[in-house]
Amino acid sequence: MWLYEKKLQYPVRVSNPDSKMAKYIYTQFGGPNGELGAAVRYLSQRYTMPTGRGKGVLTDIGTEELAHWEMIATMVYKLTKGASITDIKQAGLGSHYAIWDSGIFPGDSNGVPFTTAYINVMGDPIADLHEDMAAEQKARATYENLIRLTDDVDLMDGLKFLREREVVHFQRFGETLDYIQGYMDSKKAF
Amino acid sequence: MVKQNMNPLQTVQELEFALVELNLYLDTHPNDQNALAAFNDFASRYATARATYEAQYGPLANFGNSGPTASWTWIDEPWPWEI
Repeated sequence: MWLYEKKLQYPVRVSNPDSKMAKYIYTQFGGPNGELGAAVRYLSQRYTMPTGRGKGVLTDIGTEELAHWEMIATMVYKLTKGASITDIKQAGLGSHYAIWDSGIFPGDSNGVPFTTAYINVMGDPIADLHEDMAAEQKARATYENLIRLTDDVDLMDGLKFLREREVVHFQRFGETLDYIQGYMDSKKAF
Repeated sequence: MVKQNMNPLQTVQELEFALVELNLYLDTHPNDQNALAAFNDFASRYATARATYEAQYGPLANFGNSGPTASWTWIDEPWPWEI
């Protein structure tokens, strides 16, 4: 069971509409290192974790990723709100408009639809937790790219928050990996 | 630290952020008594802040998790992405 909270995890503000920046940010909505992939990855991997700690960390971080997914959609929504056809065409979102109008479709910055081929669920907890740590670093690097692509300090504030969460999640996954590695070694000892 | 003059939503978001952080930390440090005490302190302040927010703006959670309601305001705008 999941509960919805009628609020964002962290405020999303934009100084001005900016369709071009919305196009770039799309990659965190439905791209290879985006928040949707992160949520689906962690929430799918948790079933085969050998310890309560592994199940808990993946449940909690997977749930937080859904809140980040909502923040990203909010950025796109606010950046494109009221955009004219001219704005849309100049931003390179004409092909998006042709297919999806103003719909916020889970795809990457080039409009490539989201695919679960971006994620893996190996069942092997060591392999899965290594993937999760890499995923957090890739998302961290993506946020740094996005921060460099804007000069809107309000938008940057939300992007910086999301970047910092990747760093914290990487840390927690690393601790979980150490713990589970120790747990598995102790089982082999007898 | 949470200041008194902040808007109710910001207060809820700040307390929740502290709880998310402590929750993830406790997931990997379940025996840290200081963190547990901080979690419990924030959790009780969070309940109060949520009640204050909900009295003014309506329920935060669906499916009955915000308690009984006199009228159905769950569907009222603005939704979070519109604020």
